[in-house]
Amino acid sequence: MSTKKSNKSSIEYSIKRLEEIVDLMEQGDVTLDEAIDLYEEGIRISKECAEKLKNAELRIKKLTKDLDGQFRLNEIGE
Amino acid sequence: MEITFGNFNVMSNSIPQNMSPEEILTVSELTRQIKLSLEMDFHKVLVLGEVSNLKFHTSGHIYFTLKDEQAQLSAVIWRNRYANLNFPLEDGMKIIASGQITVYQMRGIYQLEIQTIYPVGVGELQMAFERLKQKLAREGLFDASHKKPIPKYPERVGVVTSEVGAVIQDIKSVIMRRNPAIELVLYPVRVQGPGAAEEIANAILEMNLYGEVDVIIVGRGGGSLEDLWPFNEEVVARAIFDSNIPIISAVGHEIDFSISDFVADVRAATPSAAAEMVAYPREEILNYIEKLCETMKDILESRIMDSKRAINSAISSYVFNRPRDLIREYSQRMDELERTLISSYKHFAKLVENKYISLKSRLEALSPSNVLKRGYAIVRKDDCIISRAKQLHKGEEANIQFFDGKIDVKVEREY
Repeated sequence: MSTKKSNKSSIEYSIKRLEEIVDLMEQGDVTLDEAIDLYEEGIRISKECAEKLKNAELRIKKLTKDLDGQFRLNEIGE
Repeated sequence: MEITFGNFNVMSNSIPQNMSPEEILTVSELTRQIKLSLEMDFHKVLVLGEVSNLKFHTSGHIYFTLKDEQAQLSAVIWRNRYANLNFPLEDGMKIIASGQITVYQMRGIYQLEIQTIYPVGVGELQMAFERLKQKLAREGLFDASHKKPIPKYPERVGVVTSEVGAVIQDIKSVIMRRNPAIELVLYPVRVQGPGAAEEIANAILEMNLYGEVDVIIVGRGGGSLEDLWPFNEEVVARAIFDSNIPIISAVGHEIDFSISDFVADVRAATPSAAAEMVAYPREEILNYIEKLCETMKDILESRIMDSKRAINSAISSYVFNRPRDLIREYSQRMDELERTLISSYKHFAKLVENKYISLKSRLEALSPSNVLKRGYAIVRKDDCIISRAKQLHKGEEANIQFFDGKIDVKVEREY
């Protein structure tokens, strides 16, 4: 079996974390220092997400299995 | 004179006079001749009849009688052939069987050796469909409690369908349009005919072993009930049920429901609709992130303002007895924070702004004819391009350009 990457989509995870951060900040029971840390984390995550979304181009690959059972992704010719 | 037929001895004087010994055949000889004659004349036949007396032998071969009102015919399907049938055979089913007549000499019988079976009419398939649907429903395979949520922002989407044909192209173009950041991972399978169901089920299993897709679309385009049949097979239903990765079933066009639709976590009316479900528009994701960032910034700004006010009132308060330097330092830190806050936000906002530029250039790269081929059309009135519904009114005439030609139309109704 192949080595598993995180099964969780990272954009999915990032947006969830962003929503969480906004909730925490909105609730107001964080100190100013904590709020600043949260804000910085939020901006960092947002940047990563936006860069990921913007830079990617549609890729389509074909999944095949080698004789030794290893999975392989092949490019599909147009 | 004594004539010998195998183990029989017949006295020549016991043969009636009007027969010559040369005319007489043994059972074996006659049977061999019948075999030769029948098998030559009926080496390829199509027979219409009803299945009865169906027996699944432990050897894997299947024996039954094919009959109609006036006659019956013994039939056999060898094990390897049965494995290729893409629907279950049952007593009472009306079928067209293709195969050859063979003679089994030991028992002096002839039979139809079947190669392929075609169910007659959709009635039979429909019944098989209902039976399987009820069976799986009883087992709980369709229960809502087993449905897994479809991720809202998947990055890698598995697709189990044919490598050729419109489906993968449709999915590709929807994803390209809505969110090209998504990566498609295709596991090519046959989607109709013998063996297709097993291939589809295996592909779902393999995708799970591979494990690196967030959601799987399983589907094919529309077709006859026979064409769609693999998606009504138990092996596919069970593979979908066993999948740890959420599955969207997209089989045929709007009206066709398949067993896979019932088992899957979500049913999409068409493969394009399935693609839309997984491809949340990139613009909207970016806008949403932007909105979350703005909210964060607003909250933090007001927090900083509050702190500043608190400092100022502390400075002006006589009861405050801390050294002034400390307070000034704190105040300065607030000003700095505000500056970094604004600049880091600006940096992010700039990043998001750029997205429109890159999208615009991609759009320009697409030639107009390609755009038209994807199903768009250009509406013109008096040679001016009409981009809004409001620009045309009832009774007015316009011209629509498709990739392959133009037509003139008249506005019937405004909304």
